[in-house]
Amino acid sequence: MKQRPVADVSHLPTYDFGAASPMWWGTLAFIALEATGFALGIGTYFYLAVLATHWPIGAPAPDLLPGTAILIILLASLIPNHLVELWARRQDLAKVRIGIVVMSIAGILPLIVRVWEFPALRITWDQNAYGSIVWFLLGLHTSHLLTDVGDTIVLAVLMFTQQGKAGRRFSDVSDNAFYWDFVVVSWVVLYLVIYWFPRM
Amino acid sequence: MSGTTGTAAGQEQDEGVKGVRDTGLEAARRRAYLAHAWQTPKGLYGWLVTVDHKLIGRRYIVTAFLFLVLAGLSALAMRFQLATPEAGHIGPDFYNQLFTMHGTTMMFLFAVPVMEAFAIYLVPLMIGTRNVAFPRLNAFSYWVYLSGGLMIWIAFAFDTGADAGWFSYVPLTGPEYGIGKRPDFWAQMVTYTEVSALAVAVEIIATVFKQRAPGMTLDRIPIYVWSILVTAFVILFAMPAVMVSSTMLILDRLVGTKFFDPAAGGDALLWQHLFWFFGHPEVYIIFIPAVGFVSAILPTFVRRPVFGYLGIVLSLIAIGFLSFGLWVHHMFATGLPQLGESFFTASSMMIAIPSGIQIFCWIATIWGGRPIFATPLLFVLGFIFTFVIGGLTGVMVASVPLDLQVHDTYFVVAHFHYVLIGGAVFPLLGAVYYWFPKITGRMLSERLGRWNFWLVFVGFNFTFFPMHILGLQGMPRRVYTYPPASGWGEINLFISISSLVVFIGFALFFLNILLSLRNGRIAGDNPWGASTLEWATTSPPPSYDFSRLPVVAHREPLWAEPDILPVVEGLRVDAREVLGSTVADAVPQLRVPSADNSIWPLLSALAVGGAFLGSIYTPWAVVWGAIPVSIGFICWFWPKGEPEDEE
Amino acid sequence: MARRTGPFIRLRQWRRSSIAPAFARSARTASGNRLPGVLKWAGPASTLVSTPVLTGCSDWQSALHAHGANARAILDLIWSFGAVAAITWLLVMLALTMALFHHRRVRAAPPPLRTDNHQERRFGRAVGSAVASTVLVLAALTITSFFAGKSIASLSGKETLTVRITGHQWWWEIRYPNDDPSRTIVTANEIHLPVGEPVKVELDSTDVIHSFWVPSLAGKRDLIPGRPSELTLVADKPGTYRGQCAEFCGYQHAHMAITVVAESRKAFDAWRSRQDAVAVAPAGDEERRGQQAFLSTGCALCHAVRGTAASGTIGPDLTHLASRRALAADTLAMTPGALAAWIADPQSTKPGAKMPRIDLSADDLNAVATYLGSLE
Repeated sequence: MKQRPVADVSHLPTYDFGAASPMWWGTLAFIALEATGFALGIGTYFYLAVLATHWPIGAPAPDLLPGTAILIILLASLIPNHLVELWARRQDLAKVRIGIVVMSIAGILPLIVRVWEFPALRITWDQNAYGSIVWFLLGLHTSHLLTDVGDTIVLAVLMFTQQGKAGRRFSDVSDNAFYWDFVVVSWVVLYLVIYWFPRM
Repeated sequence: MSGTTGTAAGQEQDEGVKGVRDTGLEAARRRAYLAHAWQTPKGLYGWLVTVDHKLIGRRYIVTAFLFLVLAGLSALAMRFQLATPEAGHIGPDFYNQLFTMHGTTMMFLFAVPVMEAFAIYLVPLMIGTRNVAFPRLNAFSYWVYLSGGLMIWIAFAFDTGADAGWFSYVPLTGPEYGIGKRPDFWAQMVTYTEVSALAVAVEIIATVFKQRAPGMTLDRIPIYVWSILVTAFVILFAMPAVMVSSTMLILDRLVGTKFFDPAAGGDALLWQHLFWFFGHPEVYIIFIPAVGFVSAILPTFVRRPVFGYLGIVLSLIAIGFLSFGLWVHHMFATGLPQLGESFFTASSMMIAIPSGIQIFCWIATIWGGRPIFATPLLFVLGFIFTFVIGGLTGVMVASVPLDLQVHDTYFVVAHFHYVLIGGAVFPLLGAVYYWFPKITGRMLSERLGRWNFWLVFVGFNFTFFPMHILGLQGMPRRVYTYPPASGWGEINLFISISSLVVFIGFALFFLNILLSLRNGRIAGDNPWGASTLEWATTSPPPSYDFSRLPVVAHREPLWAEPDILPVVEGLRVDAREVLGSTVADAVPQLRVPSADNSIWPLLSALAVGGAFLGSIYTPWAVVWGAIPVSIGFICWFWPKGEPEDEE
Repeated sequence: MARRTGPFIRLRQWRRSSIAPAFARSARTASGNRLPGVLKWAGPASTLVSTPVLTGCSDWQSALHAHGANARAILDLIWSFGAVAAITWLLVMLALTMALFHHRRVRAAPPPLRTDNHQERRFGRAVGSAVASTVLVLAALTITSFFAGKSIASLSGKETLTVRITGHQWWWEIRYPNDDPSRTIVTANEIHLPVGEPVKVELDSTDVIHSFWVPSLAGKRDLIPGRPSELTLVADKPGTYRGQCAEFCGYQHAHMAITVVAESRKAFDAWRSRQDAVAVAPAGDEERRGQQAFLSTGCALCHAVRGTAASGTIGPDLTHLASRRALAADTLAMTPGALAAWIADPQSTKPGAKMPRIDLSADDLNAVATYLGSLE
C-alpha cells in the first residue's frame, strides 16, 4: 500500500511516568491480579470462619507484637517511598540513590521481623484449616515482600552503575514505588484480618 | 493522560534527535534498517531467543493445535470404549485418565492458549504497532505454556496422568483418595500454565491501552480487539482463583494443610467455589474471543460494517462482568436455599441477553450485506446454527430444578460441546481460514475447506445432538461403561460412528494446511478486501509489521481509504521502537523502546518449571528453585546498554 | 494404549475374557480338580445385570419417565423449556436464512461503507424488539422455574419415613433408623419405600463426593463429606426404579447403582420386619461350612451378618444379602453363579473395587456362596 505521512513523532520522549508509561499499566495489571489472589485468600478465611463453630479453631488469637511491628515499619516506609518517587520524577540521581538504599532496607526489615511472626500465629499450618489459611495468607504476603525487595535491590544496584544514568531507570524506580504502595496496603488489610478479626 | 510529560519531553528536545529516523528515508533503506533492527537470528538460537509476536503467536497456535490433536485422540479412544455396552477395551483406570486429560487439555492447553495465540499474532497488527507491550514476557509465556503442557502429557505417558476430572474435586484428589502423584501433576501444571495465561493477559491489556495507532480512539477499536481486551480482563480476575485453589490442593497433599478436610475445619465445597469462580469465567474466556472472530469475519464476507458496533462492544463487556456471577451454576446439586436458587437461576439466564444482542446484530449485518459464501463465512454460519442451540440448552440448565435432572449427565456434555465447539471452535476454524493468508502468504484451498466445513459441521451435530437424549434418558457423565439393559447402546454406537466423521473433517483441515503451505495460491496483502489494519501490510508481515506506523481516521480504515495508508514518521529505524499513545484517544505520547531478543525468558521459564516440577516431590524445591528463578529474572531485566538506553 | 503399566493392565485383560472362565480358572487353581456344580452356576454370571432384576413397573433410569412428584415437576419443566428453546431456535434460523437469501437477485454489491440510514433504523428497531422479547421469555422461564422449585420444596416436611444413605466408593449404605438403635435396619444398594408416601432421604458420605440420583423419582442431590443433606422422594406407583451415582467418584463410578423398590404399605412393612430379623442360621452342612469359612477367612473383617460374629462395617451388611435384587451396587444380577463369581474375583467384574480377591479353596468358595445365597 502507498503511504502518506500525516504526522511527525520524532520529538516525542522515550519514557515518561505514571499512566503514560506502558510499564505502569503492566504493573497495575499485575497488582490487579495479585490483589484478586489476596481477595480470594481473604474470602477463604471468612468462608472457613463462618463454617467453624469457634474461630480461631483450636488456638488463641495470634500474638500482636511482630505483625504490628511490621505494620509500623511498612507504614513508615511510605514516606521514603513517596520521596523516592518524587525524586525519580525530578530525575535527581543523587537523591534517588539514597532513597532506593533506604527503601531496600525498609524492605528487608519486615522480612527479618517476619521470622518471628510465623511462630506468633500460635498455630502450625497442619493443625487445622484455621492454621492453614493464616499461614497461607502470611506466606502469600511474604512472597510479595520478597519479590519486591528483590526488585528494589536490583534497581538500587543499577542506580549505582552506568545504567542508572539512563532516564528510563527513573521511570522504573517510580513504578517500583507504585508497587511498594500495593505491598503496604495489602498488609494493612491482611493485618486487620489476621490479627483483629479473631479478637472481635 | 499524564501531567508529567513536561520534564522528560523537555530534556529530550534539548538533546536533539538521536538515532536514525524514518523521516525522509527512502523506502528501501528504511526497510533495510528496520529489518536489521527487528531481525530474529537464523537457526535454532534465533528460534529460542526471538521475541517477535508473530513467531511466538504462530508457534503458540501450532502448539495449541497439537494439543487439540492429543485431546481429540483421547476423545476418540473414549468413544471407542463407549460404542458398545460393557465393552472391555479400556478399563476404568485408563478411561478416567483419558477423560481427565481430554478436559484438562482442551480447556487449559488448547482453548485458552489458542485464543491468546491468535491475539498475540493479530492484536499488534490490528492496532498498528510492531510488537506487544512486553515482548519478553510474551516469549516467557510461550515457554511456560509449552513446558507445562509437555510435563502433564509426559506424566500421562508414565501412567501418572491426572484422573479425577478437569475440575479435580476434593476429596477425590485430596491426600487420602488421590492416586499416586496424579493430582499433584494436575495441580502444579495447572498453576504453572495459568502463569502463562496471566502473562499474556497483562501484555494484551498494556498493548491495547498504550500502543494503538494514532487516531484509533475507543470507538474505532476493531471489535475483535475489544473482545480480546475484555477476555484479558476476565483472565486477570478469574485465573488467580484456580491458582489459589490448586495451590491449596497441593499444600493439602504435600505439607498437610487442612483446607479441604472437614474433620479439621476445612470444607470440600470450598474447592468447588474457588474452582468454579475461575471455571465459569473460563468458558467466557474461550467464548468472547470467538465472537470477536465472528465480528471480524462477518463484515468482510457480507461487505458492510457490522451492525450495532456499540451494542456488541457493550455486550462483550457485559458478558465479561456477568461471567463472574454464575459460578454457583455448577453447584446446584450440592444444595441451595430456595431464595438462592431463584437468584442464581435469574443471573444465569441473564447472560443470554448480551449473547442474544450479538446474534441479532449479526443477523442484521447479514441482512444489510451481500454474503459471499467463502469457507470463513460457512464456519460463521455454522457457529450461529450450533451456538444458538448451545445457548438455549444453557438457558435450560440455568433453571435449578431442571439442572438437577440433567446435571452431570450427557445432556450437559452435549450442552457445553455445543457452546465450546459450536460457539468457539467453529469461529476458530473460520479464523484460521480467514487469517491463514496473512500469516503464511498463501490461501487455503476453498474446495478442501468446504469439505472440511461440512464434515465437521454434520459430524459434530450427529455426535453431540443425540447426547441430549442420552442425558435425559439417564446416562451419567464420566462412566467408563454402561450396562446393556440401559438401552443406551444404539445411540452410543451412533455417536461413536459420527465422531469418526468429525475426525475425518479435522484430518482434512490439517491436510489443507499442509498442502496449502506449499501449493496454496499466493495471497497478496488483502485477499478478502477486508477493512482492518492487519491487511494493510504484506502477507506474511515483515518482522517490523509496518514500515511506518499507520494513522487511523475511521473504524474501517481500509474501506474508508483503500489505496493510501496515512502514516506517522519520526520513529527510529536503527533500534526497536514503537509508538505509545494515550489510553482513550490514542494521541501519540511516547516513542517506546521495544525489547530485543533474549535467551532469558526461556531460561527463566525452565527455572520456574523446574521449581514447580520439583515441588511435586518436595516442598524444598520451591526454596532452592527460587535461586535459579531469581537469576533468570535478574538477567532478563538487566539492561545491556542497548540503544534505547542512551536516550 | 493397552501397553500401560500399573495394576489394571492385568485386570483389563481379564475383563476381556468373560467372568465364567476367569472364575473357573481360579477355582481350578485352588483345588486342582474341576467343580461341575459351580461351573454350571457360573454360566449366568457372565450376564451382567439385565432385565430379570427389574420387574413390575420398570423403566431404566430416565428423567423422561417420571413416576414421582419431584421428577414430574421437572419433566414438565424440561418439556416447556424444550419447547421454548425449539421455537426460539427455529425463529432465529428463519431470520438467518432470510437475511442470507433475501437479496440474491440483486447483482452488484454497493461499496461496503455505504449504508442506508432508513434500513439501519429498521435494524435498530428489529434488534431492539428481539432483545425485548428475549428478556420477556427469560423472565417467563425464570418464573416457571421458580414455581417448579417451589412445588418440589413443598414435598418436604410431610415425610412418613426416614432413610439414611451413606455413599461409599462404590456402593450405597442404607439405614432405616429406629428409636431403638439396635433395631435400625442396615442394608445396601436397595431402598424399599411405601408407594405414595413422602420419604425423607438423608444423605452423607464418608469418603469422596457422590450424588444420589433416581431420575424417575427426583432430581439429584450430592453426598458431600462433612455436609449432610436431604431429599424427599415420593413414588407414585409400585415398581422398581434404578438410580446411579452422578458425581464422579473414582474407578468404579460407572458401577455404583442403586435400586428403589416402591411397594404397597403392606408389602413394605413385611419387607421391613424381615429385614429387622437377624440372619437365618445355616440350614445344612454346606451352609455351615460356608459360614465357618466366611468367619475365618477375613470376610467378616469388612462385612456384618447380624446374628453371627461377623460385624465388619467397611463393606455392605450381608444379613439379608440374598433378599436383594442385585450384587455389587447393581453390577451383577443376584444369581448363585454371579455370587460365586463375585466372591471368587471381584476385581475382574469391578476393577478397582475395594473388595479384595481372597484365596479360598474351591470347596470353601462354593460353600461361602451357598451360605450367602441362603441369607434371604
